[in-house]
Amino acid sequence: MSRVSDYSWRGAFVARLIIGFAAAVTGARALWVGCAPDPKPRVYFANHNSHGDFVLLWSSLPSHMRGSTRPVAGADYWGKGGVRSFLINKVFRGVLIARSPTAEDPNPIEQMGAVLEGGESLILFPEGTRNLEDGLLPFKSGLFHLATRCPDVELVPVWIDNLKRVMPKGRTLPLPLLCTLTFGTPLKLLEGEAKADFLSRSREALLALTPEEA
Amino acid sequence: MDQQTLNVFIAVGLFLALASLVGQILKWKKGATPVIENLNARINAWWVMVAILGVAFFFGKTGVLVLFYLLSFFALREFITLTQTRMGDYPALVAAFYCVLPFQYFLVYIEWYGLFSIFIPVYVFLLMPFLASIGGDTTRFLERTAKVQWGLMICVFSISHVPALLTLNIAGYEGRNLLLIAFLVLVVQSSDVLQYIWGKLFGKTKVAPNLSPSKTLEGLIGGVASATLLGGALFWMTPFSFLQALGFAFVICLMGFIGGLVMSAIKRDRGVKDWGHMIEGHGGMLDRLDSVCFAAPVFFHLVRFNFT
Repeated sequence: MSRVSDYSWRGAFVARLIIGFAAAVTGARALWVGCAPDPKPRVYFANHNSHGDFVLLWSSLPSHMRGSTRPVAGADYWGKGGVRSFLINKVFRGVLIARSPTAEDPNPIEQMGAVLEGGESLILFPEGTRNLEDGLLPFKSGLFHLATRCPDVELVPVWIDNLKRVMPKGRTLPLPLLCTLTFGTPLKLLEGEAKADFLSRSREALLALTPEEA
Repeated sequence: MDQQTLNVFIAVGLFLALASLVGQILKWKKGATPVIENLNARINAWWVMVAILGVAFFFGKTGVLVLFYLLSFFALREFITLTQTRMGDYPALVAAFYCVLPFQYFLVYIEWYGLFSIFIPVYVFLLMPFLASIGGDTTRFLERTAKVQWGLMICVFSISHVPALLTLNIAGYEGRNLLLIAFLVLVVQSSDVLQYIWGKLFGKTKVAPNLSPSKTLEGLIGGVASATLLGGALFWMTPFSFLQALGFAFVICLMGFIGGLVMSAIKRDRGVKDWGHMIEGHGGMLDRLDSVCFAAPVFFHLVRFNFT
């Protein structure tokens, strides 16, 4: 699969517009606290409060990483064709997975694993759904299965701060408040680590990146 | 831009060149310590800020209005980002960013002093709590409405008094009001810089250790005195006599100092050192404008009362 051909000029143009818009509205600042912005295959897992989450995370990446970092998105929402299909396929090059896969659907873990083996990175929201409260929901098991499937891939926690205030639920006009993205220390699945232990450990790693409240 | 304004910019440019030279010599002699690196970052940022101000002045009233509109926007965004609001504040915040801010600058543009000077303190003050109450969320209601109103007063109302100086009709000073802005900005910012320099050189006694650990009595006295003298020496670009310019400069410096303290208190309460990260070495937009916010309205009204 060649990156250049399915990254059409129209997609690239819309991508630039979206990146510019996200930067202007949110003044997004990426803090690489726990690791450097390397283009090696990684899973960036973040808190999910708003539809804009993956857009903001994706546009805050350095340009040399953006082309090879693909958001994981629900096929039920994004696979409907039209503008959504253009955005997710041509602009973000998302990996569309079935939320509740049936026998005919491709296995989501296999889909994601293939992308990582192809040398690209993923953006994942392990809460599985948008969290409208403060804090973090319990993680779904997808992150564990992916870590089992690709034990050598670094899992990087990313805390997205303030986007919930920029785009509150059910509102259309974004508020131009400042957002920060904190990239934490990469973690991996330990030898023989149980599912529940791993999920709570990765969840704690993400929570540790929240800014301290006075 | 007339010859006098150009001269001011040339003088500031020469001064910055000198500052850059000193900064490089310090770095060469003492090595790149954090203080010296920060000093050089500050000087470099000053070059950019002076250049932006120069471009705005070149385009006259419109340029200055657009510039200060943007400064108000960046300041308000830093202020609201740092203060906690709730989902229920969304209508009030939308109104603040998309209605109040543009309308206040529109009023300056059409020079409607009567409404410009009471729009935010009266009308917005009364309407904002209504918008905040629509959602039915009464949690910390008074605190939340106070925060939004405060942000608008400081970041929009106060800062808009700088371009509003262009609307004053001073007999015998027609067409030169840009220099009044240059006077205010020069005095208030040189007061900040001189307080910093005096403090770094001779500072021992802390003025307000809980609010701003870097502010010292020596820096305050030396900075305010020298910036006041500078203001007096700049009387030729104002409608004031030497003594009047001295008096105005003193008031500007004092208000600037008060502004720095008050805005520091808010930062300390929120547990941060800087308002933001927009300006390399300085912090956020509000870290640079805190003294302007407090000096501009007082200077505006003193000039308006005494000279128009």
